[in-house]
Amino acid sequence: MKRMLFTVLCATFLAACQSTPPKDAGAPVEERNPSAATGTGTSTTGAGGTGVTGSAAGAGQRNPLRDPSNILSKRIVYFDYDSYVVKDEYKPMVEAHGRYLQANRGTRMAIQGHTDERGSREYNIALGQRRADALKKLMILYGATEIQIETVSFGKEKPKRDGHDESSWAENRRDEIVFVGE
Amino acid sequence: MSRSLRLFLFLLLAVVAGGSRAQLTIEIVGGGATAIPIAIVPFAGENAYPLSVTQIVANDLSRSGLFKMIDGGGVNPRPARAEDVRYADWSARAADAVVVGSATPLADGRVEVRFFLLDVVRQSLLTGFTYAVPPSQLRATAHRIADVIYEKLTGDAGVFSTRIAYVAKQGARYDLFVAEADGFNPQSVVSSNEPLLSPVWSRDGTRIAYVSLENKKPVIYVQSLQSGARQVVANFRGSNSAPAWSPDGGRLAVTLSKDGASQLYLINTDGSGVARVMNSPGIDTEANFAPDGRSILFTSDRGGSPQIYRLTLASGAVERMTYEGSYNVSPRHLPDNKGFVFVRRDGSRFNIAIQDFATRQVQVLTQGALDESPSVAPNGKLIIYASEVGGRGILAAVSSDGRVKQRLTAATSDVREPAWGPLAK
Repeated sequence: MKRMLFTVLCATFLAACQSTPPKDAGAPVEERNPSAATGTGTSTTGAGGTGVTGSAAGAGQRNPLRDPSNILSKRIVYFDYDSYVVKDEYKPMVEAHGRYLQANRGTRMAIQGHTDERGSREYNIALGQRRADALKKLMILYGATEIQIETVSFGKEKPKRDGHDESSWAENRRDEIVFVGE
Repeated sequence: MSRSLRLFLFLLLAVVAGGSRAQLTIEIVGGGATAIPIAIVPFAGENAYPLSVTQIVANDLSRSGLFKMIDGGGVNPRPARAEDVRYADWSARAADAVVVGSATPLADGRVEVRFFLLDVVRQSLLTGFTYAVPPSQLRATAHRIADVIYEKLTGDAGVFSTRIAYVAKQGARYDLFVAEADGFNPQSVVSSNEPLLSPVWSRDGTRIAYVSLENKKPVIYVQSLQSGARQVVANFRGSNSAPAWSPDGGRLAVTLSKDGASQLYLINTDGSGVARVMNSPGIDTEANFAPDGRSILFTSDRGGSPQIYRLTLASGAVERMTYEGSYNVSPRHLPDNKGFVFVRRDGSRFNIAIQDFATRQVQVLTQGALDESPSVAPNGKLIIYASEVGGRGILAAVSSDGRVKQRLTAATSDVREPAWGPLAK
């Protein structure tokens, strides 16, 4: 059934699809750490049998922002059901990240919004986006600038836990903070 | 489904499936009330080929739930041409229709497949066709014969020759598959270790738009099925998702968050000419074009809960379509533009429902716990959707009157995000 696949390496192809945040030329802290950021291999094939293959790979180093004793290593904010309100318990962590961005204007961050598994995949993408936007607003209040933070949503596509119960769902309704270059 | 047919399906799958573990198996879980009794006589000479054309035809028709197979065993000699049919043999078996035919090798290596569909009640020939095809096209020919029979006897276009796309997740790997409508010959057209979602077919069946998270954010691609080449259509700052083809294939409606909240935009399929459709407070997403291209159904929470709205493109007028319940999402037009299917939440359950534009009457079609992502067959008679059994994703199909139900499972994969392709040209 699978005929000969005409495969072409497509690193350039992926590069062309790379997301937009500007490269953090002045970032004082991050090293590129593709072990966290890549490992994504994607290949495409025509139903007729020909296609292209793409893969991205890399190697990198540990990120100092992940020093477990630093509040900046905390990267997850959990949300209540059907809520976009960043709870008070996360304010110190959000404030630390906001002030970090204020002090490091070249640093870029992505906030990834997530939902639990219930409901439409696409509507959940929009809900996760709203959660990411809520956290971004708060970070801007603490000194970050608009340009430093890209908010994106994974909807229900990347659950932290695979269970189908409230305790799993509670861990899946979250924002994750990722510094560009990590 | 009869036991022998089920056994046959199993054997056929065992023989043909070999290659892919993402192969879908189709099981009928509920049948129509009025099935047309039809006898399909094995074609003379078809035993010379590894695929039985008549058994594929019988499987197709059975799966639709609208036909009941009548056993023609014992009719001797076995008719192969219209003029060989003795109607008394078939009225005695309570068949309303009978199909006879032959498969004959041609000198150039092709096969001549000939069939006749006869009306037993009126004792008349309804139709007949002859195809000359390479042996590799016998499955496709069988689907075309099933389409002809289905259309002749039900009045609706058959969809056995169409294709479906769906996403299979196996471990950490995601594949977008394109398969025949009966689940055979799945071919991976995209493979990724990040999620793929929201595949949609262009109306001519040559391209699929989808969303991939491979770049750590939702990005919309359009891929040619012929060459496998793909193009980024929308990779703006923020999330890019929920693609929907315009009927002319020239544009996509998409959801972008580049200007703030998730909003609808139109964009050319090469990624140029992006234009915002509306400014609304809150979320607008899941656009779906009307078959005439003049309006769009979409999901919005502008009223406080997610509901389905209709935007008339020329005037910009927006009308709320759903009122019952607090969660109505994922609208898809019926091809005759008389209504739409969607997902509604009732308590903690998510089910597929259908609503008529004129009467606004709603019928809930499914009973799963987490039914989602409906896609309507191009004849409007079947809706394929994603469901869940035992925590694992399966595909299911239901007829638009709710009577016929099928379940499609893959041996080892989680399957989701079905998209029914257009009618074969």
